[in-house]
Amino acid sequence: MSPGHPTDSSVSAAAPRETFVLNVGPQHPATHGVLRLKLTMDGEYVLHAEPVIGYAHRMHEKMGENRTYVQFLPNPSRIDYLSAMHYMHAYVCVVERALGIEVPPRAEYIRVITSELNRIASHLVWFGAFLLDLGAFTPLLYAFDDREKILDLLEAVTGSRLTYCYYRFGGLCNDVDEQFIEGTRAFVKHMRGRLGMYHKLVTENLILRKRLEGIGVISAELCRKYGATGPVLRGSGVPCDVRKLEPYSVYPEFEFDVPHFAEGDCMARYKVRMEEIAQSLRIIEQAIAKLPPGPVMAEKVPRVIKPPPGDYYFAVEAARGRFAIRLVSDGTEVPYRLKLRTPSFSNLALFGEAARGLLMQDALALLGSLDLVIPDVDR
Amino acid sequence: MVAAIKEFCLGLHSLATGLAVTLEQFFRRPVTVHYPWEVLELPARYRGHIVLVRDEQTGRLRCIACKMCERICPSDCIVVEGAKLPGESRKSVTEFKLDFTKCSLCGLCVEVCPVDALAFSKRYNLASTRKADYESMDLCELAKAGDAK
Repeated sequence: MSPGHPTDSSVSAAAPRETFVLNVGPQHPATHGVLRLKLTMDGEYVLHAEPVIGYAHRMHEKMGENRTYVQFLPNPSRIDYLSAMHYMHAYVCVVERALGIEVPPRAEYIRVITSELNRIASHLVWFGAFLLDLGAFTPLLYAFDDREKILDLLEAVTGSRLTYCYYRFGGLCNDVDEQFIEGTRAFVKHMRGRLGMYHKLVTENLILRKRLEGIGVISAELCRKYGATGPVLRGSGVPCDVRKLEPYSVYPEFEFDVPHFAEGDCMARYKVRMEEIAQSLRIIEQAIAKLPPGPVMAEKVPRVIKPPPGDYYFAVEAARGRFAIRLVSDGTEVPYRLKLRTPSFSNLALFGEAARGLLMQDALALLGSLDLVIPDVDR
Repeated sequence: MVAAIKEFCLGLHSLATGLAVTLEQFFRRPVTVHYPWEVLELPARYRGHIVLVRDEQTGRLRCIACKMCERICPSDCIVVEGAKLPGESRKSVTEFKLDFTKCSLCGLCVEVCPVDALAFSKRYNLASTRKADYESMDLCELAKAGDAK
């Protein structure tokens, strides 16, 4: 070493702490789709996290403005492809509210049954993918085995496995058969047993608890600041559920709890979703028991949908939180404005602040616990 | 020290339960279907691409070329042309083209059809190396080919 050259120790003492930017995604196994994260790292710790979105932007809102109400029907199920039924529910309900259509009770009951089945399917995908993020491969296979049963049931009724397009303005496009009812009944029984197995295999596992307990704490205040809803908000101790607070459809007729845990860590969000599967099973059981006979389509649905001019709003509890549609009609066949409020967008927004100071692997656990669907963020 | 031993036991216990759950699977039947050797039956309502339906009595295509499907299609992927045959009051379909590269299989066309001239096919393993094969599918030709089988 030549004289006058600073030694290693003098450099580290004088220079500011070295940081580097770590780029995660947009094609990365841990980001579920095309989400890019720009992480400024100090060694293993995240100093600053910036989600970069927009890779799956498909202009759903703009598409709503250039096609008729009926032609927009295939779109809602493609915004969040994992909870297609809920999005469809919000869209048909906002148009029904605008037109003043009364939906037959049987149709509403079937909507609730299919929506709740869809919620379980969505949570099962999250369960598998989340544990995959944490390094556990086996639970994914069990979860997809159960999800396959739901998809088979819904496929027999709707003709499609993911983008159902099943609800119509004023009801449903076709009725469910006895086979579906029997299949759903059998599934509820089967799933109860499987939930016990999941708790034994995963929830009580020591490694999982060490990875999740006390990690990625999100306060209720942070949720309020960024508008986070759904299991993320309920995992921070706020019992907020659109099905209870702004009851829609026939939800008030069913008994169910809103699971919430005050810890605000990844484990709390995990427990909320697992408990929600149990609650959805409860709702399905009650809905099947009470399912009334009758038509599944309202009688007075106009052939050409032309809602009177006005401003309409409808919110539903989707699997990821509050999904709402604001529809502005100018009295023509085409919506003037169709604003979509998607839960994943708000849930992702708080990631930057919540991930600050976390270890890299904990930040990814936090990201997984938010249950993001990127096309839902970008829409 | 006591806490460490406790945690060790707890860890050992969760490891054992995990392995037991996995071990159970050895004695269950496999849940996977060995496609292409085994093929599952598709449900009756399966939504594949659309096909034209023949009238059972006359054996002719039911389509009256009213263009309702063309108009309702959100993706503009249907082109229908029709003509009046001599001595008939209704139109008959002469050309029915489907751009399957754009179709999102929503089924609005099948629902809107006033004479039930459209149905869903159960073809799902569609693949080709040329885009042209699906860009302009001639459903009239497809119906003829279906009859030949």
